[in-house]
This record gives sequence, structure tokens and C-alpha cells, in this order.
Amino acid sequence: MEKAKQLSVSAIKNGTVIDHIPADSLFTVITILGLEHISNQITFGTNLESKKFGKKAIIKVSEVYFTEEEINKIALVAPAARLNIIRNYEVVEKHELTLPDKIEGIARCFNPTCITNHEPIKTRFSIISQKPLRLKCHYCEKITDEEHLTII
Amino acid sequence: MNSLASKSLVSINDFSPDEIERILDMASRFEQSPPGKILDSKVIAALFFEPSTRTRLSFESAVNRLGGRIIGFAEAGTSSVSKGESLKDTVLTVSNYSDLIVMRHSIEGSARYASEISPVPVINAGDGSNQHPTQTLLDLYSIQKTQGTLDGLNIFMVGDLKYGRTVHSLLMALSNYNTTFNFISPTELRMPEEYKLFLEKKGIKYYEHDDFTEIISRADIVYMTRVQRERFSDPLEYEKVKNIYVLRKEMLANTKENLKILHPLPRVNEIDRDVDDSPKAYYFEQALNGVYVRQAIISSILDVL
Repeated sequence: MEKAKQLSVSAIKNGTVIDHIPADSLFTVITILGLEHISNQITFGTNLESKKFGKKAIIKVSEVYFTEEEINKIALVAPAARLNIIRNYEVVEKHELTLPDKIEGIARCFNPTCITNHEPIKTRFSIISQKPLRLKCHYCEKITDEEHLTII
Repeated sequence: MNSLASKSLVSINDFSPDEIERILDMASRFEQSPPGKILDSKVIAALFFEPSTRTRLSFESAVNRLGGRIIGFAEAGTSSVSKGESLKDTVLTVSNYSDLIVMRHSIEGSARYASEISPVPVINAGDGSNQHPTQTLLDLYSIQKTQGTLDGLNIFMVGDLKYGRTVHSLLMALSNYNTTFNFISPTELRMPEEYKLFLEKKGIKYYEHDDFTEIISRADIVYMTRVQRERFSDPLEYEKVKNIYVLRKEMLANTKENLKILHPLPRVNEIDRDVDDSPKAYYFEQALNGVYVRQAIISSILDVL
């Protein structure tokens, strides 16, 4: 059984594995990390069985190692994701994610009359609460909560 | 060292309590003895993308009395915005012609954005429902001037506490001064949770009521705002509450000697005309105070003293 699970997404020699992504956030995570723009080998699986989520997704990126700042951006949509650094087929490091204090250019401001929805400006938020998730817009100072969160 | 030199004023939180105190002190000095033409040779651009006669005239009066020049427009229709120019292009162009930009815009966050791209400082004269910090400073000045202090006062805020940006900014500013707040509003227009949470975190006392006839005797300041019909989804609800939030002269009978009635203006019917004769009515003097406060803000930012 364990073997079948491992085969569902093929192993990588060197790189990063991001596990425990909620299945419905997979493509958002891909967008946030900009994976559609890199030429490295990427494999992913989704709707895999998970005790925690019911359905989870996993991404394996060859020869890419993310900075803490880059990877923490996905904490907004995949707070329970785990990061495994792979070298020569072995997991050499494991990381959990931390939600940053400030985020830029990831989420859309929920306020339709915010300047960021009218001029081409990179959005900026400070995270004023993690649970429940509440983002304060740097520009209009209005709060966007989890229910109204849209990833750009 | 003037920490306000070249600094933009977008949100009341941009100024520290010390800086606010300095502005209020300077406004008081300007009121007692006008400083003369200290803005001579300075050009201030007033960009009113949204009309606001009162605020614009107050800024113009403040600048003119100090010998400065004002350029700009009073509504977007008479500017290049009507030709489709972006805010960025307007701000960058106008910053070439002026030492300071005063800006009013209906879009929230527009002033913050302008302050980030403009090489000259920006004063926010109102950005949609967000901030109007010069109004907050003139409210603080009016309270300090009439009460002799900002500390330990009982402040009543009445009317539309949900959408009113002036009450939100004033609440934030007064939270530094051991204030007791009484919020009086219809259920639909209550003070938003985020502001109540903010007060709780700072250990500031607040009470909520749906009527103020019985409790007005405790107030040092009554800050009136207008309850607008269009804020109600059910017109019947508006009809039920519309007269509860009107201040009448007889309600002032047993109030404190030091009580003053403030209102950001324009007033419609939320303060009866017969209140105007009461020595406790202060809203027109409050508007005059706005000129001294704006003079102090502009002089500090342009560092002319």
C-alpha cells in the first residue's frame, strides 16, 4: 500500500517536494510560486488520499530550492503544507510554513473601490490575524477575510 | 529637527502622538498671532478629483492667508482625468509644478498611492470612505481648545458610526488619551467590530446605545453625524429611527457646562436650527479651526518655520 502511494507521483533526485497541499489549492500554489514559467522538470499529483484533508495534492520540482520568503507566500492558501528538500533521492530537510507579516502581489483587495482595483498597482497587505485569516490593505486600509480572499 | 518636514499625511496614524501635539500647538499659536506670509513663493496643488467645496475652500484660505499660491482643479471633469489620464500620470505631472499636493479622491487608497509615487509630499483631503486626517486633526484641536485637554473626556458619537470615516479616524486618534466613548446609533449603523476590538485591546471603555436623550447629561463632547436614508436596505427602518438621532435644543437643558456639539458639516437636519444659538453649539467655530490646523500642517511639512 505504502509503495503504491509513493508511485503515484514519481520521485525526484534533487529538488523540492511540497506535500499536504489542499487539493483545491494546487493550481493556486503553482501560480503563486510561478511554476508555469520555469523549465525544470515538475511533477504533481492531485486528489490523492490524505488522512488530514480527505484529498491532497503534491508538487515535486527538480533542481529548485525556494527561499523561505518565496515559499511562505503559499501559506495563505496551503497553511499546512510541508516542504521536503531532496538530495540524491533522500529527504535531507523538512520545513513547515510560516505565514509572513506582509504579503505583496498575491491577493486581491476585496474592496471594489480600492485603488489597487483601478490602477495597475501591486497589492500589499499586512496580516493582522492568522486564524481567522484577516488581511489589511496597505492602500485602502480595509480588511479582506478568508471568505473573500482571491489570489491574483 | 522637524520630523514632519517633507512627510506625507495620508492617514491619521502617519503622525505620532508627539507630532499631533506639535500640530495642535502650532495651530494655537497661528490662531493667537497670525505668522504672516511664511508660504511666500510656495505653490500648493489642490487636486480635487471629487468635489468638496468646504474642504477645498478651507485649504485655499489657509494657504492664501500665509501668502502661498494654490493651483489645481475643483472636480475631475475640468482636469485631464476626463480625457482618461491615469492618477499616476496626473500626480507625476503636477508634482513638477508644485511644492506640495493636496488631494481629494473618491477611490480609497488613492492618496497612499499618490504619496508613494510623488516626489513632493501629499496631504490626503479625503479618499472615499477611508481617511480624512486633516478633519481629524481639526476635530482634536476643537476638542482640546474647548475642553483644555484631550485627556479623560467622555465623547459621544452619534448617528452613522458604520460608514462615517470622520468618527473612525477620531476614535483612533482619541484612543491615545484615556477617553470614554459612548456610541449612539441605529442597529444598522453600529460602530464596526474592528474598531471596538481596537479599543478593547487598548483597554479603552466604550458603551453602545440606541438613544441618547437620557444620557446626554454625561457628555463632554457630542460629535454628531448624519444618518442617511440610502444606508438602509429597508426604508421603513429609516422612518422608524430618523428622529431619534436629531439633536434638539431642549435636550441640552441638563447638560454639562463644558459640553460642546461638534459636526464635520455639511449638516442637513440632524441638528435642529434652534441649537445654533446655544453657546454649546460649536460646529461653525470648528470649521474655522480647520484653517489654523491646515496652516500648521502645511507649514510643518514645507518646513518654513
